[in-house]
Amino acid sequence: MNLYEFQAKELICRFGIEIPRGRVAGSAEDAERLARRLAFPRFAIKAQIHGGARGAAGGIRFATSPDEARAITGQLLARPLVTSQTKPSGERVRWVYVEEAFDIAQEIYAAVVVSRSTAELELLVSGQGGGDIEEKALADASVILRYPLVATTTAAEGDFEGAAFAVGLSGPLAAKAAEVFAGMARLAVELDATLVEINPLAVTRDGRLVALDAKLTVDGNALFRHPALSALRAQIQVEEGDPKELAADRHQLNYQKMDGNVGVVCNGAGLSLATLDMLIDAGLRPANFMDVRTTASSMDVAYGIEVVLENPNVAVLLINIHGGGMQRCDTVAEGVGVAMRRLGRTDLPVIVRFAGNNADFARVRLTASGVAFLAAADLSEAVEMVALALTQEAA
Amino acid sequence: MAILVGRDTRLLVQGLTGRAATYHVGRMIAYGTQVVAGVTPGKGGRMHLDAPIFETVADAVRETGANASLLFVPPEYAAKAMIEAIEAEVPLLVCVTERVPIIDMVRVRHALRGTRTRLVGPNSQGILSPGVCQAGVMTTVNATPGGIGIASRSASLTSEVMAQTTLAGLGQSTTVGVGGDPVHGLSLRDCVELFIADPDTTGIVIIGEIGGSEEEEVAAYVAATRPRKPIVALVAGRHAPPERRMGHAGAFATDGGGAAAPKIAALQAAGVLISWNAALVGQTMAEALQG
Repeated sequence: MNLYEFQAKELICRFGIEIPRGRVAGSAEDAERLARRLAFPRFAIKAQIHGGARGAAGGIRFATSPDEARAITGQLLARPLVTSQTKPSGERVRWVYVEEAFDIAQEIYAAVVVSRSTAELELLVSGQGGGDIEEKALADASVILRYPLVATTTAAEGDFEGAAFAVGLSGPLAAKAAEVFAGMARLAVELDATLVEINPLAVTRDGRLVALDAKLTVDGNALFRHPALSALRAQIQVEEGDPKELAADRHQLNYQKMDGNVGVVCNGAGLSLATLDMLIDAGLRPANFMDVRTTASSMDVAYGIEVVLENPNVAVLLINIHGGGMQRCDTVAEGVGVAMRRLGRTDLPVIVRFAGNNADFARVRLTASGVAFLAAADLSEAVEMVALALTQEAA
Repeated sequence: MAILVGRDTRLLVQGLTGRAATYHVGRMIAYGTQVVAGVTPGKGGRMHLDAPIFETVADAVRETGANASLLFVPPEYAAKAMIEAIEAEVPLLVCVTERVPIIDMVRVRHALRGTRTRLVGPNSQGILSPGVCQAGVMTTVNATPGGIGIASRSASLTSEVMAQTTLAGLGQSTTVGVGGDPVHGLSLRDCVELFIADPDTTGIVIIGEIGGSEEEEVAAYVAATRPRKPIVALVAGRHAPPERRMGHAGAFATDGGGAAAPKIAALQAAGVLISWNAALVGQTMAEALQG
């Protein structure tokens, strides 16, 4: 679960990390009103999206008056923001964050992450933070310094002072930075955050240490012990999730739309990915990714088929199921039967490959439900049949 | 022989009295697996599926000589249950639970350090030594006793490869689902090491996918040890739709980018045979064994 900057900042300041004073605004008028009330000499107006690299993409702008704040906010809210970290169509900007702009002496990069390879928390820091940190690290890997952390029951321990000196700080600022790093580690443990990133952690000209931006990802599997964050997720999903993908999720399906014409329904993420690989290798273009989870019922599958077929580009449907111990082929067959009858799509070629648990029974069942389909014996044949169906359709 | 589970496996099941556990363990018993005990706090003293239920893992081990534990415990309590079994010195844990918080798994890995316990999972379909022992929720429809060891990050592709190796007349020594979560127990590399040492395993299949660096670890291990047994790898997700990124930390992960191409390149450079798609695994292995 990814949080917006304004949500992340609200959480990090509870861990003793200084953030600029600011407020979130949902309209140009709001932004102007806020700017008038905050009365800073200079404002940063920041588009609120999940993707990073906003600065280079024009998503962070500066204003010196409430009128200017209003104009900039209007521009930022008017269109999706495209950055190197968003999808090509960009992310819709629903809010801007209006905050005090600082004169910056140094930008520090700091992140606490869970390392898969060491199964531990890790602190990443750099004395050369800012929007181009990745380019700098690509040119010289030593730009990023790594400190292993050890999670305890309430916090995580590590060489925070060492990290503070290593980014080039000394004296009270180094002590303050060590506190910030420790706070980030404590936040990661207390709030089950898998990413806590502050970039830049700015040393201001007046000698303060301020988190100018914050990115926070909370482990979606740990929300049962964070009811407030759980409520926040519900709100984020309602406001900005793709309604189709969310509904699919409620039906125990992982769905992602793609831009081809082959509708694909598989069980398991691995088999789904492997099926897409084979289709694309064969020069075919999937219309979607759909993984039927082990917990999906036949009615969930029926819903999934309807979602796939709502996409007008779909010219052929491929059902590729390897029945396992938890998801049997006949459950899927029943769902396919229900959906196809309900939709009455007799025009659409349907290629079905059932293998594993209850595969034979599933084919009998699908035939009995009156759905016309071509049965493929294995993966390769299924892909060939899809290609053939598309050629015949084109002819 | 097989690896991890075999004829001598005396399985206890944590959370045996739950609905899913009852269904799956019933199938496992029918398959011939020795299920000697269940552990469900608050239900000690009862019998379930003909097995005695205990309050604690330590009690169950002491009374029944159980030497492996299968965990069907809800995610909220899974880490606590794993740590209990580690402290009771159970040599093998298999956790099928999905959605265990990642920080909990960091703590479980702490608890594992310096012990002799091996953990498989969480979010694993389990371990199957065909014809001998099933400790998990996989299908056994296409399982045949034989010589191929399968170590996998994907349950659905394990079923697929199991069917292909059976069709090719090779059969399987053991299949291990290492689990789909970022932080888990036994790795693909650990499985390869066990399969190489297992005299009954004649060939090894690695089923990887995008994310993490386990395939690279296998490559490094194989490059360093140059085992004689053929190893075939399938890495799913070469054409996966790109994930939306957030922040820069992902780019600095020690785990590499997690993309399929560098994994395949590393495996290939180490002498691992690549199955270019999911349909070719059985055939690739059969050809390698005829070599």
